Amino acid sequence: MSVIVYAEINNGSLKKSALEAACYGAQVASIMGVKCHAVLVGNAGEASSELKKYGISTLYQVSENGDFNPDFHADAIKAAANACGATVVVISNSYSGKAIAPRAAIKLDASLVSNAVALPSSTNPFVVKKGVFSGKAFAFVTLEKAVKMIALTPNSIDLKEIAGGEAQLETLQVESASTAYTVTETKVQSGEIPLTEAELVVSAGRGMKGPENWGMIEELAKTLHAATACSKPVSDMDWRPHSEHVGQTGITIKPNLYIAIGISGAIQHLAGVSSSKVIVVVNKDPEAPFFKAADYGIVGDAFEVVPKLIEAAKALS
Amino acid sequence: MNILVCISVVPDTTTKISFTENDTKFNESGVQFIINPYDELALTKALEIAEKNNGNVTAIHVGLASSEPSVRKALAIGAESAVRINKQPSDAQEVATLVAAYAKDKNFDIIFTGRESIDYNSGQVCGLLGALLNIPSINVITQCSVEGGKATLERDIDGGRETIVCSMPFVASAQKDLTEPRIPNMRGIMAARTKPLEIIEPTAVDGFSKHNQYELPKPKAAVKMIPAESAGDLIKLLREEAKII
Repeated sequence: MSVIVYAEINNGSLKKSALEAACYGAQVASIMGVKCHAVLVGNAGEASSELKKYGISTLYQVSENGDFNPDFHADAIKAAANACGATVVVISNSYSGKAIAPRAAIKLDASLVSNAVALPSSTNPFVVKKGVFSGKAFAFVTLEKAVKMIALTPNSIDLKEIAGGEAQLETLQVESASTAYTVTETKVQSGEIPLTEAELVVSAGRGMKGPENWGMIEELAKTLHAATACSKPVSDMDWRPHSEHVGQTGITIKPNLYIAIGISGAIQHLAGVSSSKVIVVVNKDPEAPFFKAADYGIVGDAFEVVPKLIEAAKALS
Repeated sequence: MNILVCISVVPDTTTKISFTENDTKFNESGVQFIINPYDELALTKALEIAEKNNGNVTAIHVGLASSEPSVRKALAIGAESAVRINKQPSDAQEVATLVAAYAKDKNFDIIFTGRESIDYNSGQVCGLLGALLNIPSINVITQCSVEGGKATLERDIDGGRETIVCSMPFVASAQKDLTEPRIPNMRGIMAARTKPLEIIEPTAVDGFSKHNQYELPKPKAAVKMIPAESAGDLIKLLREEAKII
């Protein structure tokens, strides 16, 4: 028995969510009294020395096989799980993780819980807490199959180093997957922080009055090294790209800091952000429902408040 | 061209969530149920593709008779026929297993699902169907067009977008931006009454997981207000008190 972690790499380096998955997997392994291993597809590069810090014993490396193909990555997970006799598989609930996890679960005949937000509350029976109703509630899910697979929401656990890791490199051969497609183009917004992984998020709503006023939101975000987000009406009116829309029908995020500017706080919006550690609300309406969910609040006009925040943030950095 | 669209029925987005029986059951009283918003996008895209390619759209739902109004709505929006597998599923894996058992000998060219359902947020059905039917699965798509037996799709990736060309059959999950949801018109609503809705009894499926307990987020402590004139103090508080920047 052991635990296997799928370590996602991006442009040759491990993603933060991969380190979180490793740290989570190693803690599950320690609860179960077994070892934790990891598998990655691509070139390990510095990954071994990084994963060592999070208690990973063996790092299985599978050579890349053409374009990103969730089926191939799922085969890689299966090969690694078989190589180390894993009964628990941990993967990040990123877009790639969400593509890979279900295919791997079928190949391993595993029970899969996605959107996991905490370490198992028990390992026998195996119970994992997950977010449901788009952040409005949590469920404790019992995984019944012999093999358990957990897709962990980014920013759900604090990264801490775990002793005893060696991350010894081993190469695994995996045959081409039985299904495939061709990736003809990949566009990555360079220099920006992906919203789902961002620790700090500056978000704005209709109170900004128009897309031309987003400069100050972007400047505040840049000064704080934060990602930008927006409310549903703003994305519906095409003031901002839909990929920035957080809320029940957008994406659910749980950053350390969520600053909401000119967003009233409808229940659907709160659902997507209520797990944020600290929420700051700036709104000129003192009755805005968002203040009830906030840790810090400022009643005031965004066009006066935001420049003050930028100035103070610049003074700090 | 035959297209299958998976429809999940979920509480309306404005629902205040609560639980009964010692937090072991979702409280359905007074809750209005709707077609999962992402599934509505999937259905609309399926209809758009079918109209251009002389195709046929079937909607499938795993659930009890209580969700039939939503299944009828899928017919009113434009699906030619619908299937309801008569089982209250316990998780996404059960849904996918039952849908795959139905679809495996039907030669669907495309299967669409929503990116995730807004109730249990698993986002698994697309990938599960891909693996169960051994066809490519492409999740969170924002564009899809079909020409000459091949589809060109765009999917969200972490921090960007990817363009994909894929042969049929395949399964894909709808993300916002894929299209604008269609609203059923009176003619559609009338036609839906007589369109075929097949009810299938479920095949036996292994148990994968159980939701045994629910929890609501803990209430927040009182908000700390900062006067607008000294808004800059917020930054100091975030560093020194909250210690997050």
